[in-house]
Amino acid sequence: MTLIATLKPETKIDTHTCYHCGQPADREFIAFQDHIFCCKGCQTVYDILSSSNLGQYYCLNENPGVNRKESTPAEYFGFLDDTNVRSKMIVFSDAKRTRVVLQIPLIHCSSCIWLLEALYKLHPGIIKSQINFLKREATIDFDENKISLRELVELLSKIGYEPEFNFASLNKKAVSNPMKAYYMKLGVSFFCFGNIMLASFPEYLGLDATLEASNHRLFGFLNLGLALPVLLFSAQDFFVSAWNGLKQRFLNIDVPIVLGILVMFFRSLYEILSQTGAGYFDTMASLVFLMLVGRMFQNKSYNRISFEHDFRSYFPISAMINIDGNWRSMPVSEVKTGDRLLIRNMELIPADSILVRGDANIDYSFVTGEQTPVRHENGAMIFAGGRQMGSSLEVEVVKPVSQSYLTQLWNSDIFKTKTSRDTTALANHISHYYFTPVILLISFMAMGYWMIFDPTRALSAFTSVLIITCPCALALSSPFTLGNIVRILGKHGFYLKNANVVELINQTDALVFDKTGTLTKPDAAHVEFIGEPFTEHENVLVKSLSRHSVHPLSRRVFDSLPQAELIETEDYSEKSGAGISGKADGHDIILGSEKFAAGTLEHRTEKGESCVFLSIDGKMRGYFSIRTAYRDGFSKLLHGLKSRYDMYLLSGDNESEKVNLLHYFREGDKMHFKQSPAAKLQFISELNSKGLRPMMIGDGLNDAGALQEAAVGVAISENINHFSPACDAILDARKFEKLDKFLMLSRYGVKVMQGSFLISFCYNIVGMYFAVQGTMSPLFAAVIMPVSSVTVILFTTLASNLAARRIGLHD
Amino acid sequence: MSAIVVLIAVSLVVAVGFLAAFLWSVRDGQFEDDYTPSVRVLFDDTVADEEGEKR
Repeated sequence: MTLIATLKPETKIDTHTCYHCGQPADREFIAFQDHIFCCKGCQTVYDILSSSNLGQYYCLNENPGVNRKESTPAEYFGFLDDTNVRSKMIVFSDAKRTRVVLQIPLIHCSSCIWLLEALYKLHPGIIKSQINFLKREATIDFDENKISLRELVELLSKIGYEPEFNFASLNKKAVSNPMKAYYMKLGVSFFCFGNIMLASFPEYLGLDATLEASNHRLFGFLNLGLALPVLLFSAQDFFVSAWNGLKQRFLNIDVPIVLGILVMFFRSLYEILSQTGAGYFDTMASLVFLMLVGRMFQNKSYNRISFEHDFRSYFPISAMINIDGNWRSMPVSEVKTGDRLLIRNMELIPADSILVRGDANIDYSFVTGEQTPVRHENGAMIFAGGRQMGSSLEVEVVKPVSQSYLTQLWNSDIFKTKTSRDTTALANHISHYYFTPVILLISFMAMGYWMIFDPTRALSAFTSVLIITCPCALALSSPFTLGNIVRILGKHGFYLKNANVVELINQTDALVFDKTGTLTKPDAAHVEFIGEPFTEHENVLVKSLSRHSVHPLSRRVFDSLPQAELIETEDYSEKSGAGISGKADGHDIILGSEKFAAGTLEHRTEKGESCVFLSIDGKMRGYFSIRTAYRDGFSKLLHGLKSRYDMYLLSGDNESEKVNLLHYFREGDKMHFKQSPAAKLQFISELNSKGLRPMMIGDGLNDAGALQEAAVGVAISENINHFSPACDAILDARKFEKLDKFLMLSRYGVKVMQGSFLISFCYNIVGMYFAVQGTMSPLFAAVIMPVSSVTVILFTTLASNLAARRIGLHD
Repeated sequence: MSAIVVLIAVSLVVAVGFLAAFLWSVRDGQFEDDYTPSVRVLFDDTVADEEGEKR
């Protein structure tokens, strides 16, 4: 019985959670139709849904909704009325039907799917809607005569599913999924492979001698007919890749593959036309099929996670422009020099402008890395990329959007030329330096030998060598091993952009960490009040005062104080570098540095701690001790890594944390503070030019340049479905402490791959023994090549799974 | 001789039929989303749903 009693308080009592969004509804809850709601927004959504007979939404999952406390004002979507924007958004349109594809990142459960696919019940103008859950995407068909695009988006926003719009989503062209063409190639090659095998059966079973000559020819031509689609359609990618390699004077792995395919095809063609043999079409088709399967493993990516977000994704796509005295929402591309813009709280400034009116408190962390917002006076220059924190601003644009400082910064070459990393892949490296030259040498030697001793066998020996050494197993080793590693890592919260990243990780020898948001938790800090505990009244006073400031320390203090009914404050003033003061309920409150709040300097601040002192009515009350909250397990992780890697720290912040981090980074000169995004990029370039292969681990847009420049860029993300800057890998923030295991598994993966290369070489040597003698039969080739491939696949899959288990990353 | 030719022709026609069906399904986008349909199939059809369908 006691057990039950202790368990009970933990079970959720649902009278205190919002029926719509599931958030605690403590103070200002709204009771409506037997349910509790945390805010007006949630209740409205419930009202809309229940009156439209969509109550089932709440039955599929408990509290499925999205919190509606902060809703977007309706006029925000004004830019959707713009014909230019509309035409970019719409996929297809005719008189009755318009189709639009919207990104809705808030889709999170089956209720969402159900509701969004039942949209037609909410508005007669909506014909059909279909959700792709993994992509968080809604494809909606609607009748533009009954509902406009803007109204549609407003409706979605009203029920809590606000679509996401940004500069990049507007400018992307509807690209057909590359996987489609790929699946088709795979299907065709499988079909041809199977049927060629079937037609080759008489030969496998030794029945060909008993066959009539006409049947013999029939099977030959049938095989030829089936081999053509394989050569011309399915194998296309290999030809393209080999050609690209040759153009760069690089013999990548596809060069010997294409050589093998071509030799097989033409030798078989000759044999069939001249009636001298059955040809190698079966081997060719099975090879192409197997390698396409390998490609699938290599290219299998997480389509719900985007690795390609560039800075434009962060850019707003609309701005409120003052036209003839009215504020109108317009696309950012329409912003011209001299326009008046309205910038609201948390909005990015799209172009360099002059402040006309309002309290500018600009957070330039996207540009400079510094987190503390900067105050600006009227008439001051505000740069693009800054984010307004606080009340609305009115600014006048002085430079067009495209010429702004930020755009210039991010337009640097790094973001344009994605360096080709083909040459670094181990399989390609082996092919270029060893494999291709060696097989060419052997095949010519075999031909030369037989030219002297038995010229009739010369051509046969030459082609046999090229056929049997066609590096199918070699080419399959890396996609299967690395693909499996990518899959295991993905299961544990480390998402790689593609399989090649595993090899890149293996080559890294330096780790560069960002501090804020990477080593530390972005929104959490240990805040502790040292002094006599607060009364409830004092809590209200301090919380009300600290609410007005956007300084990070004030925000921390505000967030740490318990919920309270806030009151008005008078005579509020903020002194930069000192603190804030004001009057609330007749009490004078000062919050700030010791000198500012108490006029004395007695307290010794411990290392790694920031103090905010509080005085009420001139009496010292105590101080808030604020410590940066590092991620769980960060200390153990860094200790483990520092013995194996060269470690660096790049932070946009000041040096206050330097002492805390010193022993992880060994020397002080490996830690760099007050780094702007451009400086971070520069630093990585310097490491590159020193011959190091750095891995950059960062989180925000201010790391974007460094993430691109580094050999491997890892973006750390609290929510992998939210976008992160362009990078090679995304690390789920909750799995941060496992980073060393992830790196270790990548290393093992490359070892496994090397092992499988050895196996495939052994098969090649055996095959070569027969090939150089000019006595290889087509059946031998048809058996040994798939067998070698299957062995390699089995080996890599088992070995990489075993490696993962040993490290402690269970499947 | 003729029997085997007929059989091969028939088997090829059947196989081509399956290939065509596969290519069609790929073009149609059946492999684009392999998660949502698994959820969708579990939703109950309500009476209101059927009315909506008729519309």
